[in-house]
Formats: sequence, structure tokens, C-alpha cells
Amino acid sequence: MTSAIQHLLIVPILLPLAAGAVLLFIDERGRGLKAAINVGSTVALVVVAFALLTLAGNRTGVYRLGGWPAPFGIVLVVDRLAAVMLVLTSLLALASVVFSLARWHRAGRHFHSMFLFLLMGLNGAFLTGDLFNLFVFFEVLLAASYGLALHGSGVTRVKAGLHYIAVNLAGSLLFLIGVSLIYGVTGTLNMADLATRIPQLSTDNRMLLETGTAILGIALLLKAGIWPLSFWLPTTYSAAASPVAALFSIMTKVGIYLVLRLWLLLFGAGSGASAHFGGNWLLLGGMATIAFGVIGVLSSRRLGWLAAYCVLVSTGTVLAAIAIGGIGVTGSALFYLVSSTLALGAFFMLIELVERGRTRQVDAIAVARETIDGAEEHDMSEPEEIGITIPATMAVLGMAFLGCALLLAGLPPLSGFIAKFSLLAALLDLGAPGGAGPVATSSWAFLALVIVSGLATLIAMTRAGIRVFWRSSGRVVPRVRVIEMAPVAALLCACVVLTIEAGPVMSYMRAASRSVYQPQNYVRSVLAAPAEHEPANGSGS
Amino acid sequence: MELILSLGIGVLAGSGVWLLLRPRTFQVIIGLTLLSYAVNLFIVAMGRLRIGMPPILAASQAGDPAHYADPLPQALVLTAIVISFATTALFLVVLLASRGFTGTDHVDGKERER
Repeated sequence: MTSAIQHLLIVPILLPLAAGAVLLFIDERGRGLKAAINVGSTVALVVVAFALLTLAGNRTGVYRLGGWPAPFGIVLVVDRLAAVMLVLTSLLALASVVFSLARWHRAGRHFHSMFLFLLMGLNGAFLTGDLFNLFVFFEVLLAASYGLALHGSGVTRVKAGLHYIAVNLAGSLLFLIGVSLIYGVTGTLNMADLATRIPQLSTDNRMLLETGTAILGIALLLKAGIWPLSFWLPTTYSAAASPVAALFSIMTKVGIYLVLRLWLLLFGAGSGASAHFGGNWLLLGGMATIAFGVIGVLSSRRLGWLAAYCVLVSTGTVLAAIAIGGIGVTGSALFYLVSSTLALGAFFMLIELVERGRTRQVDAIAVARETIDGAEEHDMSEPEEIGITIPATMAVLGMAFLGCALLLAGLPPLSGFIAKFSLLAALLDLGAPGGAGPVATSSWAFLALVIVSGLATLIAMTRAGIRVFWRSSGRVVPRVRVIEMAPVAALLCACVVLTIEAGPVMSYMRAASRSVYQPQNYVRSVLAAPAEHEPANGSGS
Repeated sequence: MELILSLGIGVLAGSGVWLLLRPRTFQVIIGLTLLSYAVNLFIVAMGRLRIGMPPILAASQAGDPAHYADPLPQALVLTAIVISFATTALFLVVLLASRGFTGTDHVDGKERER
């Protein structure tokens, strides 16, 4: 292990930070250069993420900033779970930045900088091993997302953005209260150190700790969009510019990732009296989110809202699966998370292409929106139409729509089906061989909800598809350029690869889930004293 | 000392929450500011209350933690203040933009029908 590879761990944070900062100094007229730098760094991020994925497959990588030993200094940790999230983020980011090159990056100032800062926040939140550092990265990603949610301006976005910012500022304050309560009780903010101290807490302190983590959990679940805290999500996501919305589909997953990581680290099997604290609430909340998402999916008249409610269904499914627990279920839930995030990203971008073809008579709401957005849309299409428009546009769009529908509803032959099937199989296997008795009622309820949500998504997508593609009157064929279609196709292709390579991917997810369930390894890697000249050896597993 | 501090946090947080739930954008932003004051005080309190204790080790009497305040919460508060300052400024801009677009300072962008 050379030191160059050791420093790879901090690249996903430093690279977007540096690139984003450099871009601030380039004038808006140098958009080509800005775009090139952004695409270049995003490609580099994809490469680094895959490198970390293979690295984390062997051992848990720990990066000690400034060389301080763990409970005192800040650490970055990459294990399998974090690496999977990094890869997912970078792939989605690449697709979304390429998509934005067609027109969206011209819709406002500093798009590329905010995009890169958002990536920095996301990567930092996935990598950090320290609660307060997590707060800082959370704020970085939120601040960038405020800017991106408003990108393109317009009254719908500003109104949605106002709610989004207010809700998230309140959430950040809750985050701080939770973190400081945890610090007040345990005296540490390092996640691994917390895991070792929690079993030794006295009963009084334990209650305070549980209060603190519950408050922290509310802040995280607010970000994930669990049911009673999710009303901001459809408005914001459907109002955001489509490449931004595509990238936002990973943002709910940050909350989910942190819940999974912290819950199992702090309240795993070895945490004494507070083991599995709040598990029932998580399960109920997750299932309520699925139900709410299903109702929303069925009642959405516009594609943007449909996609936003699909985000909720996906969030709810993963959260409930995490709450039910077990290595198999969590592994399948991770697979589902990856597959559904890629599909949602593709779907958000596809929506814009499809809706471009709808004329003003199609529905009344669209009219209102178009008149409002009209001014700037006109502005944007004025520059010369670069790139090639695709022949047989409707056929291509239709195929992509079909792909998204199959993925989101979980029908064969794509990865959505494999994800849901393995999830259900893992749920049923829980009770069978281990002598744990029959499958629990909650698992049956969850299983039913997952199937119903698939059916509802299918119905809604079919209805939307018929309305969009089979209506012959009053529509023009949208002008779609290769540069816009390619990212959608690439994300769908990623899902196809996920389907074909389901075996190795699934076993990686299982391994990721196993290492999250057995946090001893994580804790040991982080807290191990770094060796004198080669820190890499000290942190090996 | 404890009583004053906890009363202060309670009053700030209470008024903050009340203002946050009001329909005018200006009330919301003041509410958020008050809430962040309350949270900052709360973070300081989590480092235990010590009067007249420095958070930095002196060269002469190093080694006895009883003589020092916990420096970590103070660092955290500093970060939290900076971040909440920045996000409040950003929120203020959005608030003005919303006022410009909709012509009203209601958080939903339109007055409720009576």
C-alpha cells in the first residue's frame, strides 16, 4: 500500500471543492471551459469512486486528517457501503452534468460550481467518520442544493425553494441539538468511539442519549423524506430543473445511508440496553411512507409529481427494509436503492424531454407553468441549437419510458425486478431455516406493501405513458438532442449492467450489509493506532 | 446560572418555534434566527457550565482538566454560528425573490382567501 493510494480517500472531497472554487473565478461567458472542468472532474470522481470500491472490497480504509489518532482527530472512513454510495453519486452526477450541457447550465449563474459543491457535500457525508464533520458536510450539500433548487428561477421554483430552505434550516437546528446532546452524554463525536462507549452508559445518561439520537434521527429522516416529514419533497423535486432533480434523487439516500450506518453502529446488537432503539418507529414510518407514496403516485397528473412520489416509495421501501433488518434483507435493500436511484435519475431527465413535446392545450396546469417559465425558456433556446437531433424521437423516448416504468415498478427483466424479488425472498427466508418461527406480521405487511406499490407504480406509469405517447392530437414531436438522450440511455444501461452482473453486485451488497451489521471491524479500523511510518498497515482489517 | 441559561434557551426556542410557524416570511426568518441562538446556547451548555475557566491549556498548570472549560463545544458553536449566518443570508435572498415574484410576503406566495 503506497501513500498515493492512501490519499485517494480524500480526493472525492478535495477534487470537487477545488474545481468548484476555481470555477467561481471564470466568467459566465467562459461556459465551455466551465463545463469542461466540471465534466472532467466528474469523470475523475467516477474513476476514484470505482478505485475506492475495489479498495474497500479488501479492507476498510481510514484516512486520518493531519495524522491525529482517531478519537481526537477527524477521520474519513471508506467501507463497502460508503464506496457503493460514492459510485452511485458519481455515476448519477456524470449523467446529470452531461444532460445539463444541452441547455440547463445556461439557465443561471454558477451552475457548475454549485453542482460540484453539492458533490463535495454528498461525498463528504458518505465518507466522514465524525458526527460534527457530518453536520458540516450536510450544510455544504444543503447550501449547494438550495442554490441548485432555485436554478433557472421562476415563481414555482422560488415558492418551492422557500419551503425547502425553511424546512431544512429547521432540520439542521434539530441536527445540532441531537449532536450536542450526544456529545454532552458520551463526550465524543467520533462514530466508532461512540459505538464503544454506548454500552457502558448509565441508565440516566442512556435516556439522554436516546433522546439525542432520536432528535438526530428526525433531522436525518427529514432529509430522507419519511412520511410525516416529506411534504416538502414532491413540491421541490417536481419544481427543480431536471438535471438537478436527477441529482437530488441521491440526496434522499444520504439520509437513508446515515440512518443505516448510525443506527447499526450505535444501536446494533452489541450496544447493551438500547439495542434496536427506535426500530419499530422506523418500520412504521417506512411503511407509512410507502403508503403515502403509493397514493401520491396514483393521484399524480403530471409526470414531475409522479417521479417525486416514486422517490418517496423508494425511500419508504429501503427504510422499512432497514428496520426489519437482517443481513440478507439489508443487502437486497441496498441493491434496490442503487437500482431505483439510477432509474429515478433517468426518469427525472426523461420527463423534461417528453414534456417538451406537449402543447399548451394538453392540460391547464401546464399552461400556467409555461406562461410563467416562458420568458426564460425562450431565452435559453435562442442560442444556436448545437448537437444533432435524434430521428424517431418518439420511439426512443417511448423505449426509455418503458425502461423506467419496468425499473420503478419492479417488473422483469430489469434490475428493479431482481431487487424486489431478492428483497421479498430475503424477507421470507428470515423465518424459515433459522428456527425463528414463522415470518413476522410486520414482514407480511411490508411484503404486501411492496407488491402493492409495484402495482400502483405500474398503473400510474402505464396511464402516464398512454397519455403522453399514444395521444395523437395536439402534440409536436419534441426536439431532442443526442447529448440529452445519451445520459438517460447511459443510466438505463447501468441498470441493464446491474441486471446482467446481478450475482457479483448482490454478493458485494451482502458483504457491505454484513460489515455494517458487524461494526467491530469498522470500530477497530478507525480506533487502531496508526503505525509509525506506514499508517495504512495500522488501519488494515 | 443554570436556571438563567435554561430559561434563556427555553424562551428563545419557544418564541423561535412560534415565529417559525407564522405565515409571514419575515416572521419565519426571525424565528429561525432565535432558534439558532437557542441551539447555540444549548451546545455551549452541553460542554458543562464553568465560570472563568479558559478553554486553552496554560503552560504552567497543564494536566488538570478541572481547571479548564471543554473547548470542543466552543469550537462547535463557532462553526454553527458561521453556518447559520450564511444560510440565513441565503434564505433572506430567497425571501426577497419570492416577495418580488409573488407580490406578497406570505410563505405560500398567496394570501389565504377569507
